[in-house]
Amino acid sequence: MSADDSTEALMAELLVEEDKAPAGGPWYTRLSAIVTFGVGAFVVLTSVGLGLGEVSEPGPGMWPLVLGIAVMVLSVVLLVRGHVFTDTEKFSKSTLLPLIGVATLVAFWVLLPMIGFEIPAALLVFSWLRWLGRESWRVSIIGTVLTVAAFYLVFVTALGVPIPRLI
Amino acid sequence: MDFGPMLQGMATVLEPQNLLYCLLGVVVGMLVGVLPGLGPTATIAILLPVIYGLDPVSAIILLAGIYYGAQYGGTITSVLLRLPGEASTVVTVFDGFAMTRQGRAGTALGISAIASFIGGTGAVILMSIVAPIIARFALDFGPPEYTILAIIGVVLVATMGNGSRLKALIAAVIGLVLATVGRDIFTGQTRFTFDILEVSDGIDFVVLAMGIFGVGEILYNLEESLTKPRSPISVSNVWPSRKDVREASGAIGRGSVIGFLLGILPGGGATLASLASYATEKKVAKDPSRFGRGAIQGVAAPEAANNAAATSSFIPMLTLGIPANAAMAVMLGALLIIGVKPGPTMMETNPELFWGVVNSMYIGNILLIILAIPLVGLFVRVLRIRATILAPITVLITLLGVYSVANSTFDILLVIIAGVLGYLMKKLGFEPGPLILAFVLGKILEDTLRQSLRLFDGNVAGFVTRPISGTLFALLVLVIVGPLIFAWIRRSLSSTKKEG
Repeated sequence: MSADDSTEALMAELLVEEDKAPAGGPWYTRLSAIVTFGVGAFVVLTSVGLGLGEVSEPGPGMWPLVLGIAVMVLSVVLLVRGHVFTDTEKFSKSTLLPLIGVATLVAFWVLLPMIGFEIPAALLVFSWLRWLGRESWRVSIIGTVLTVAAFYLVFVTALGVPIPRLI
Repeated sequence: MDFGPMLQGMATVLEPQNLLYCLLGVVVGMLVGVLPGLGPTATIAILLPVIYGLDPVSAIILLAGIYYGAQYGGTITSVLLRLPGEASTVVTVFDGFAMTRQGRAGTALGISAIASFIGGTGAVILMSIVAPIIARFALDFGPPEYTILAIIGVVLVATMGNGSRLKALIAAVIGLVLATVGRDIFTGQTRFTFDILEVSDGIDFVVLAMGIFGVGEILYNLEESLTKPRSPISVSNVWPSRKDVREASGAIGRGSVIGFLLGILPGGGATLASLASYATEKKVAKDPSRFGRGAIQGVAAPEAANNAAATSSFIPMLTLGIPANAAMAVMLGALLIIGVKPGPTMMETNPELFWGVVNSMYIGNILLIILAIPLVGLFVRVLRIRATILAPITVLITLLGVYSVANSTFDILLVIIAGVLGYLMKKLGFEPGPLILAFVLGKILEDTLRQSLRLFDGNVAGFVTRPISGTLFALLVLVIVGPLIFAWIRRSLSSTKKEG
């Protein structure tokens, strides 16, 4: 089909133009295949324990069993064909940024019930601005104060969401 | 055709509060589309908690406004910065950015607004005619038909996305697994809950969507944002000349039709439509070499197409309850949350909702074109806001938003976990869309499958022997086998060419 061909050519043209992160190599795909295979295996084992029932009267485990088997089969295909894929992205030094980002989110979750949302929110916003975003100290401090104040006004004062809070 | 409900729907939309929600949705959608970082699906996902306080009609009008507003917002960044907001505006980059370099950015934005308006409005008109017909046909559907429709939906979305089909299929099946978490409605037994009380009623769709699309995208951008500086651009003279409009008119017409047709198909939607219409324009053009160098048709056609497709993709969701793409899956999830079950009966039971949504699109498109051209200056200024400043604000909105749904700190943890999953999926080449879509369809699929098996007394052949489900089944086989045959023919053709 010629329309299809030109569409594909367009996409190819575009992918060249786009500066994508370097691909991660076959082991990225193979490892993800191993993980999804594990998930499938776990689903299969658990669903057998749930009770499969009959085909005319499926039990709670029947559908998950089918899905688990499907995941396992597809994962094996992915593992075998792992070398074909170039759509992964390499983890590099800059992967540290999302990692730190997740750490701040978890810290927010831990601190929220203990000391209310003001301080954890301020810490979160400030660390994202100053260290993850490389903004100046001035922008980071002003940005933090304004953001937390605005959230207090919107979520606590205006919407009345019962968020744990300090004040 | 009975026009009563349609007119009543128009009255619903014209209620001041709904007009306001439509306006709000379009403006928020455009702004977010322009702002760096979040696409329309992520935006809708993050704003899901807002809908809890609204009545269903207002909620869906708001979300629909955000959806097509964001489509246009993505165009602005494609034209001005060569940064497509999402996949459906990718081709606009070729000629749109070329026009910007020639100092014709204003004209490109103006013609996109006009093309979007015509594509969108044309699609709504067709939709008002086609949707009731599909819904009437689907009234005869029973559980077996819905089982097959849901499978077709999952398979199409998994196989027609942008990335690897195999990975998308795995993501989809895992989405189906996630949908089984919680209490089994047939036996009351809990499944895959690990004795965690909070998930005994299942994983909350809002939390999952906000995590995978919202937090996942924010984390992913964290890695990228430092490398992409944005430069300010000045835009003048937004109104296209009469000559521009004349040159673009054919492209807009063709783009609208292609967009409408492809938008109805599950999986492809706006992205495929914009690509196909661009390819068509290149083919019908007298001088194809102008494309990529600022041809106005190269902007007008995909913009008309992606807006028409964005509109017509509502048809399968509203008439069959089967979403055509990830954004529609989020929309369907939102409807289910507020107690509306889209499907063929919706037009009977909830006519004001159905026609309210359809008619809000007329209004939304009008608002879009009224606002788009005068607000271009504002959007250019918004473009200068740095992604690094927006990221902490969006992430905080997400965390507090997800908390506000059930006042539960557990949901915050869940949204973070889903975010990490979304981030890893993006890094490893797994599309998050199929997972969310399958999650939404998962419950429908399992319920109807089990009802059908009871109905057939365990005889699986029943799916094939019932006339309607049998036809749908044949369609399903075609959907799965068709692309494989095409690929095989193409491969064998190219190998004979090489040998010859």
